[in-house]
Amino acid sequence: MNVGIVIVSHSPLVAEGVADMVRQMVGDEVGLAWCGGDPAGGLGTSVEAITAAIDKAWSDAGVAVLVDLGGAETNTEMAIEFIGEPRASLIAICNAPIVEGAIMAATEASGGAPLATVVATAEELSPL
Amino acid sequence: MSESKTGMTSDDFRSLVVAMAAAIEANADRLTELDSAIGDGDHGANMKRGFQAVLGELDQLATKPVPEALKAAGMKLVMTVGGASGPLVGTLLMTLGKELPADFDRQAFVMAYEKAVDAVAARGKSHAGQKTMLDVLYPILDAMREGADPDEVAARARAAADATVPMLATRGRASFLGERSIGHMDPGAASVALLAGVVARTLQTHQGA
Ligand SMILES: [Mg+2]
Repeated sequence: MNVGIVIVSHSPLVAEGVADMVRQMVGDEVGLAWCGGDPAGGLGTSVEAITAAIDKAWSDAGVAVLVDLGGAETNTEMAIEFIGEPRASLIAICNAPIVEGAIMAATEASGGAPLATVVATAEELSPL
Repeated sequence: MSESKTGMTSDDFRSLVVAMAAAIEANADRLTELDSAIGDGDHGANMKRGFQAVLGELDQLATKPVPEALKAAGMKLVMTVGGASGPLVGTLLMTLGKELPADFDRQAFVMAYEKAVDAVAARGKSHAGQKTMLDVLYPILDAMREGADPDEVAARARAAADATVPMLATRGRASFLGERSIGHMDPGAASVALLAGVVARTLQTHQGA
């Protein structure tokens, strides 16, 4: 079972667009889900929606999450904490640009790489 | 109604939540303006949505012991605010609720508050001096440790929020502006100072403190 990918953006349009680009690259070989927008539908993120996206993309091999800006990261960390162990340690946030990171991570995941490798591949894109 | 050593009853808790939600609503435009200047302009609307959601569950919250009610209110903020301030203010309340004994005195409150502020710092991967709500949360801790009365704590909180104006933002969306973040009050700091004022006024009305 391949590592799943979750895209979390402040904008649902960005999140869906990134997910489309990932899908084009890896088809159905990777569990994929996206979310974007605050609980009222404005720009922002929602812990509930992030939790649902992680559930949807869930794989026992783990889930790599790509986020855009600050609040997306903080809300994702919160969601992971609420999900709790044993699943929490199988969820990793990639410190990588959301578009390129998602595509790199998904491509790596589609080859069956473990979570740590998927995350490291996405993070190769980040300046140290 | 559960009575604790501080005299914090569920009625006090109810008044506090109502007053906080009202203050946030009355200041939502100002908070959003502050956030528009150095951020994404959603802070007032986000906080208002969060506190309205807490208000909507007030009847249920007021049946719980105060620490449990704080935890539930914090959780509600996390789920409804939608910006980074949701997890931050939510973590403050959830940690307070987790650390407070059912029956707490002032000293127990200060100890729990210290853990709560540290939890906010950890959640935000931040520290004092970065032009964030921590620059008001820590001065409140200092004032309480020094034995300041609620009014004095609120005044120190307001002064601390004012003191974020000349600061350079190095965390959060405002940090993207670099030097241009100087000259504006941090919206998170403004919210916390506002809420500290509400707490002081509510404690005074209910306890003649
Ligand atoms: Mg904002």
